[in-house]
Amino acid sequence: MGFSLTQKKPGVVMVGVDGQLIVGNRQELKQKVLDALDGGTNKFVIDFSRTGYIDSSGLGVLVSLSKKIREQGGDLRLAGLNDDLQTLFELTKLDTLFSIAKTPEEALAAFSP
Amino acid sequence: MTTPLRLHVRPRGAGGEVEFELLLDVPSDLKYVGPAVDLIAARCRHGALSPRRVEFNLRTALAEALANAIAYGNHQDPSRVVRVRVEASRAWLRIHVTDDGAGFDPAVVPDPTLPGRLEREDGRGLFVLRSLVDHVTFNEKGNSVCLTLRAG
Repeated sequence: MGFSLTQKKPGVVMVGVDGQLIVGNRQELKQKVLDALDGGTNKFVIDFSRTGYIDSSGLGVLVSLSKKIREQGGDLRLAGLNDDLQTLFELTKLDTLFSIAKTPEEALAAFSP
Repeated sequence: MTTPLRLHVRPRGAGGEVEFELLLDVPSDLKYVGPAVDLIAARCRHGALSPRRVEFNLRTALAEALANAIAYGNHQDPSRVVRVRVEASRAWLRIHVTDDGAGFDPAVVPDPTLPGRLEREDGRGLFVLRSLVDHVTFNEKGNSVCLTLRAG
């Protein structure tokens, strides 16, 4: 359970969400990403390949992080959503707000160079 | 984390539709949402719902209901608890989540998918909850929600 941040290529950090992203742990994710943003990273991939469920607080934190990152000229992409999580993003229309890739590798590749 | 959460299982049976009930009091602290959901989901894994619906629909909907009750109903007051009662039958699972608050009118909660609201951080809880279960009802006061998930 928890969040892991790994630099995958210069300026791009991959964030793994292991278990769940909900009201009880969203603040931890927010702080970790904001710390990395303060440290100069402004491109992020959030990898949900190992995520069971996300509640509305978790969705909310992604919305606010995405906004902050874009304000700093960066981008936040999502990847690895299973069918249920993909449906959750579609129901809430958040699929229109985020770039969503099938795999973390595809999301990484979308950041050039 | 040491947890004050104690799940009570009450067999019913004896000809009735409900086979067993689960009872859980959750302190009004958001850190208990995840552990409370884990406890309930573990007991519902071999019942009316498919494992996938337990792991996603039940978990997410219960997390929403608990977070609403703790944050908006009980205002995260540690002296108050949120009461969860689950009724399990072969045909459905019914989850009641009740707080000590004054209640609210679910009809006035705005649609979070409207263009002007899409980029807001909050306000999606009730929408997500309604999307993931088969039926949602509130008591008249608005401090108790009942979620029904049909078998399958």
